[in-house]
Amino acid sequence: MSLNEWIFIGLFFALSWTLPAVPIVLGKILAPRRPNPVKQQVYECGVETYGDTRVQFHAQYYVFALVFLLFDVELVFLFPWAVAYNQLGLFALFEMAVFIFLLVVALVYTWRKGALTWA
Amino acid sequence: MTELLQDIGLSHGLAVLIAKTVGVFVVGIFGLLWTLVGIWIERKLAGRFQDRLGPNRVGPFGLIQTVADTVKILLKEDLMPTGVDRWVFNLAPIVSVVSVILIWAVVPFSGSWIGTDLNIGVLYLVAVGAFGTVAILMAGWGSNNKFALLSAFRSVAQLISYEVPMVLALLVPVLLSGSMSTQTIVQEQHIMYLFAVPLTVLIFLTSGQAETGRGPFDLLEAESELVSGFHIEYSGMKFGMFYVAEFLHAFTIGVLTAILFMGGWRGPFAEDVPLLGFVYLMIKSLVAYVVLIWVRMTLPRLRIDQLLDFNWKFLVPLSLVNLLVVAFVWKVVPDTDQISNLGDAIVPTLVLLVVNIAMIAVVGAILRERGRRERQRIEARMTAAKPAAAGD
Repeated sequence: MSLNEWIFIGLFFALSWTLPAVPIVLGKILAPRRPNPVKQQVYECGVETYGDTRVQFHAQYYVFALVFLLFDVELVFLFPWAVAYNQLGLFALFEMAVFIFLLVVALVYTWRKGALTWA
Repeated sequence: MTELLQDIGLSHGLAVLIAKTVGVFVVGIFGLLWTLVGIWIERKLAGRFQDRLGPNRVGPFGLIQTVADTVKILLKEDLMPTGVDRWVFNLAPIVSVVSVILIWAVVPFSGSWIGTDLNIGVLYLVAVGAFGTVAILMAGWGSNNKFALLSAFRSVAQLISYEVPMVLALLVPVLLSGSMSTQTIVQEQHIMYLFAVPLTVLIFLTSGQAETGRGPFDLLEAESELVSGFHIEYSGMKFGMFYVAEFLHAFTIGVLTAILFMGGWRGPFAEDVPLLGFVYLMIKSLVAYVVLIWVRMTLPRLRIDQLLDFNWKFLVPLSLVNLLVVAFVWKVVPDTDQISNLGDAIVPTLVLLVVNIAMIAVVGAILRERGRRERQRIEARMTAAKPAAAGD
């Protein structure tokens, strides 16, 4: 594992933007462009848009985001454990079982609270 | 290639840089060109599943249909509705393609052909894959359209939810091989992990299908309620790029399944002939991908509450249990830490397979029971409603 591997990722990240950008720019050059106000209206089932688009959203989404955050952070801890698992003793298994049990308790708590039920 | 460039008198650093740049374009352009073929395969199959012929006019077997579509979409006017957030609106299709192409950097095409063999490869592909969610949110927010925004919210809820079982499923091959590098995971599969941990493969495919927003999980573009969702205001090549990203992401799930569970490029003579390894990888990926198309074409769309329930109340607990059981078996079976050839792998694989079949049987029984209860509930409601309707 050398730094070269990460140079590739960096290059990939920098250059991969051009791959989708080229067709889009090409389309801009080739395609006709005759805008008019009616054509540029935002679609809303044939009527003119009413009110503001960026309205308040359902609070339920926020709860799901929180539960996801909880799990995602804990999942990161599982990766080093999985990599080193072959070198660890049986104790590692019980340790992780306790860790996952705590996760499950959190999941059961949110479940019982009704946070996972779409209202 | 680095040696070749050094021979013509370039310094080592510059030679590596040029070789890597070429590598980037080869991998990236291959991904984009593959889309042309892949979309044809998918449309042809979709046609057959729906009792039609699929594309068959342009070129032999309609092979050039996708090229014709690309030219058409290139010549379409690129509309920009009033009130859009310009930067966000224009960047969204690009980000969405980039998030998928970046995954291909760690795909081992054969023993020696790999963009880069990161020692945290699996973590990397989870990380860059999550970029796609941002792209969808950008498209929905930037479009200044209520349908697009609703779709974006829904899709974010869906994508982040299904990421949890997906990552839990990814942990299993990491655990079995003791490495996060994609190349090492392939090399460690003396017997395909598919035969050792079929339940994990099912979890991975299900959550992968949801991550790409396809099949029964395509409610982020539900045309009957959200008029095609987050990309409704996009036209021309920008829409085309969303289409490319969607296809490529779905195919990438097939590629990842092939690498992590089906032995990647491994096969007869693949060690000596890199091209053969590449062919094996593509065949295996297509097999996994066809299964995904099959599911997509067969099952009806879920509602959002069913979708989230299925994830949090079934798939997440199941994948947690699955991970613990696999870890337990792996520790109990002796000598699993020194598997170096096919013979060593047979006993652990068989034990894991038996345990997995038992788990699948239990899970199947639970699902059947739930289905039966749901059916009875609905039937009871319908028979209760009938007399009232007759009395009107």
